[in-house]
Amino acid sequence: MSKERIQICPEFFDIMPPEYQDLVTNATWGKEGRGWKDVGVNKELIEQHSLCAGCPESMAFRYILASLPAPEDTVMVGSTGCTSLVFPHVGVHNIHSLFGNQNAIASGLKRALMVRFPDRVKDVVVLAGDGATVDIGLDYTLQSWFRQEKFTTICFDNELYANTGGQESGLMQKGFVAKMAPVGKKFDKVRLPEIAKESGCHYIVNCTVSKPSLVEKVVRNAVLIAREIGPTYLQLYTPCILEIGKNSMEGLQEMRDSEKPGERFAYKEFMSDEAKAFLADLAEKDKAKKASAKEALAQA
Amino acid sequence: MSQYSVRPGPEAFLPPAAASMGNVLPDPGQAHINGRIVPEEEAFAHGARVFLSAKVPTIFPGPLVLWAWNEKAKRKATAIKHLYDTMKECAPKGATPMLIPMPDYRPKYPKINPEVEINPNHPNLTIWHNKIDACIFVGVHCHQANLSLKIIRGGTNCYTMAMCAQAGHEDACLSFRDLTVEKIMHFAEWVKKLKGSVEFNSIAQYTNGART
Repeated sequence: MSKERIQICPEFFDIMPPEYQDLVTNATWGKEGRGWKDVGVNKELIEQHSLCAGCPESMAFRYILASLPAPEDTVMVGSTGCTSLVFPHVGVHNIHSLFGNQNAIASGLKRALMVRFPDRVKDVVVLAGDGATVDIGLDYTLQSWFRQEKFTTICFDNELYANTGGQESGLMQKGFVAKMAPVGKKFDKVRLPEIAKESGCHYIVNCTVSKPSLVEKVVRNAVLIAREIGPTYLQLYTPCILEIGKNSMEGLQEMRDSEKPGERFAYKEFMSDEAKAFLADLAEKDKAKKASAKEALAQA
Repeated sequence: MSQYSVRPGPEAFLPPAAASMGNVLPDPGQAHINGRIVPEEEAFAHGARVFLSAKVPTIFPGPLVLWAWNEKAKRKATAIKHLYDTMKECAPKGATPMLIPMPDYRPKYPKINPEVEINPNHPNLTIWHNKIDACIFVGVHCHQANLSLKIIRGGTNCYTMAMCAQAGHEDACLSFRDLTVEKIMHFAEWVKKLKGSVEFNSIAQYTNGART
C-alpha cells in the first residue's frame, strides 16, 4: 500500500487538471496514521460536494474519507439517498447499489476481491442512509451480519428520508412530525445497534459526527476489525438540517445536543471479546513501535 | 448488412446506437470507416488524412493510459505522446492539434473546465468550447467511450475516431481494434507519411456525404 499505486503517466502529468496533479502529489495515499488532521492540510479525497450548505453529512464524509486506513485499497458501496449525490465526487473506488441491497453487493464484492487479490488486503465499506440500511435493506443488512461477512457497514442516520422530502423512517424517533409524515411517528426508533450485536457484529458504535477525532477512531477500528474478524457497524447521526427545521450553521449544535448523556445519540460502543483482544494487541504494537522510534531518535 | 452510416452530427438529441442499427464490429486485422468494414491499413490512412485536414485535431487519452496502472499503460502513454508530437510536427499551418485528458468518469459539478479536460457525461462541452472538428479516443473504457461517442455524434459536427484495445466501437465514425503500442506508432507513421499531401481545412470531403 503506497503512493506509487496512484500515479499519472509522466507524459501526461502536465496536461492533467490541477486537482488531479494535487491528488497524486499531496493526498495521503499510503500515509501511516492518516486521519482528520490531514483535512485542510493535505489534498482531500472529497472536496466539492452537492449536499446542502452546512449539511452534517458532508462533515461525516470528510472525516470518514480522511480516516480510512487504506483508501487506495478500499471500495465503498453506496445506496440511494443523499450519499449517492456525493459518491461521484469521491476519490475512492465506489459502487452504487440498488436501494437497499448494498450489503448484498458488498458481500459479493468482498469475496471477489479476496479471490482476485489474494496477496493484498482490500477493505469494503458500506455507506448508506437509514432508509437503505434499516427499512428497505434491513434483510440484506442482517443477512450479511449473520453470515459474518468481513466488511464495515456505516449508516448515516438522519432519522427520515431526507432526499425525498421527509418521509418517516424506521430510525425516526417516536412522535416526530416530518413534512411528509404529518401524523407523527407512532412507534419507537428501531434499535439497530442492539440488533447488530445480536446478529453477530464485532464492533458497534452509535454516535454523532460532532467530534472528528472520535469519528476517526471508530472508523479506523471498524475497518480494521472487519478486515481481521468480522462485520462491524457504525450508526452516525447526521441530522438533515432542512427536514428538522434548522439553519445551515445549526447542524453541529444539533449533534451536540443529541449526544448528551441520556440522549438517543449518547456514545455507545460494543466490542466482542475477539475485537477487544485484537484492538489491545494493536495498541500494544503501536506502543512498541513508538517506543522504538523514540529510542532511535535518542540514539541519533 | 447494415445501411446505417456513422457520420459526424449533429444527428439528433438521441442518435441511435450503431449496433442497434445492425452495424457490426470489425474482425481482427480490420477496422471500420463510417460503419463499413475495411482493412486496417485503409483506416490508418483515412484517419491520418482526417487528422491532417482538420482545424483542431484532438487526442482524448482516457484513464487506461493517463494513469500509470502498469508497464503497458506507461508504454502506451509514451506512444500517444509520440503521436501527438507527430501531429504537431505534421499539421498544416493554421491547425491547432490538442491533447485533452479524460482523467476519470465522474460527473463533474458544478461544471467541468472544457479547456483542460473532457468528461464522458458531457463531452460535447469540450468539443464546442475548443471547436474540435476531429478527435480520437484512446484508453477509454468501452462503455464510457460509446456513451461519449453517441453524445458527440448527437450534438456536434466532430469526426470521431476510436482506438480500442478490445473489439472496436460501432459508434465512432472510424474505429480500430486490438490497440497496441505498435499500432499507435504505426498511426503516427501514417500521419508523417501523408504530411503535406492533404489540403488544410478540407475535412468535409472525408466526413460529408449522404447516408447510404
